[in-house]
Amino acid sequence: MDLTLKVWRQANAKENGRFVEYKVKGISSDASFLEMMDILNEQLVTEGQDPVAFDHDCREGICGACSMYINGRPHGPDKGTTTCQLHMRRFKDGDTITVEPWRAKPFPVIKDLVVDRSAFDDIIQAGGFVSVSTGGVPDANAIPIPKRKADLAMDAAACIGCGACVAACKNASAMLFVSAKVSQFALLPQGRVEARERVQNMVAKMDELGFGNCTNTYACEAACPKEISVANIARMNREYLAARVIAPND
Amino acid sequence: MSNLRLKYASITKKIIMGVMGLFLSSFLVVHLSINLLVLFDNDQYLFNQAAHFMATNPLIQTFQWVLFLAFVVHIILGIVLQIQNWLARPIGYKVKGYSEQSFFSKYMIHTGMVVFIFLIIHFANFFVKAKFGMVDEITYPDGKTVDNLGILIVNLFKDGYYVAFYVVSILLLGFHLEHGFQSAFQSLGLHHPVYTRWIKALGTLFSVVITLGFITIPIVIYFFR
Repeated sequence: MDLTLKVWRQANAKENGRFVEYKVKGISSDASFLEMMDILNEQLVTEGQDPVAFDHDCREGICGACSMYINGRPHGPDKGTTTCQLHMRRFKDGDTITVEPWRAKPFPVIKDLVVDRSAFDDIIQAGGFVSVSTGGVPDANAIPIPKRKADLAMDAAACIGCGACVAACKNASAMLFVSAKVSQFALLPQGRVEARERVQNMVAKMDELGFGNCTNTYACEAACPKEISVANIARMNREYLAARVIAPND
Repeated sequence: MSNLRLKYASITKKIIMGVMGLFLSSFLVVHLSINLLVLFDNDQYLFNQAAHFMATNPLIQTFQWVLFLAFVVHIILGIVLQIQNWLARPIGYKVKGYSEQSFFSKYMIHTGMVVFIFLIIHFANFFVKAKFGMVDEITYPDGKTVDNLGILIVNLFKDGYYVAFYVVSILLLGFHLEHGFQSAFQSLGLHHPVYTRWIKALGTLFSVVITLGFITIPIVIYFFR
């Protein structure tokens, strides 16, 4: 299939970017979106031009590195998939595809489609861990955990921190990401110990970094490649309310 | 884990927004119930009696200030939140996103602004006049003398332009409520695998009832009185 691509090109964080139109020909419908981008880049290199910079790593849909905003959707039109798992059969011959970087103040563009997502690392450093300084590996079954809670924690822990929730949100809010991280710990006894402090610190960091507020639009849930539920946001709101007002010392 | 100073609190703001929103929604129910009385007789007796009760009852009069405060907090916080949201994405997308699941959530600031303008005009038309004794009194055959607020409504709703403005404003209020009602529960952390569906349905029903209820009054007065 032959396609027209409108790709955001930006030399570095300081310069202004712009959309550049490229034509790619003879793309197989079995190719992945990133393979199509590879073909475009080979073409550009052959022509002596600068290839399009984009983030990618595992290309198996598990790492969360790829991050393209394709035709108005983070990770493209497929539900519950990352960009690397999007295939060209989702498009038609002759289509024009617009590819943009994630847009959010805390995610500045580094080059072309690559954004700096270390704001998420800062949030994790503010509380996304369990403080255990020393000791051996505890026995797996020493602490009983209800199956339902283990499942919910596992669902929340499925978040790969790709930032699609921020990209999709009209307010560039990071609530889905932060709530998934808060939830995965708050639901388990090991994480419960620091749950009250954690939620306050992570939310404070999230706000400080300049992410927007949650309007409960739920675009994040629709865009999430791991289909993290907005029930996690409600859980974080509950945790926060409890930590601040109802039972701060609990 | 070190304690960061809590300079910001997006969730706190949202929780307050939700609580105020639900409180204001309860006020709408009371307001609509009283307004509907105007349709039940031709001399606005029922409505004027109810309005008189509301204007003289000490509990209602005290709560009026709570209500006023709720409006102010809801409006100011709404604007603050919106400005922060705009600042969070200084460069927008070329292709606008369309993956939202609650359509009216995108237009809360716009519908809210129209309702706010409506509120100011509404205040000038009724509240200020009632407070400063600019309303004529009426004595009914049973000897009761009250402010004739009812005739103010009837006269205003004879004006086609005002009716159109009123209907459009209420419609936008309905859109505001459709998202706001269920959103408040989410902000308060009340999400449930079963009940959330019912809360959303209740929110839609609530917004439809409130909208139709308020719109019925000017339509009936304009066309049938």
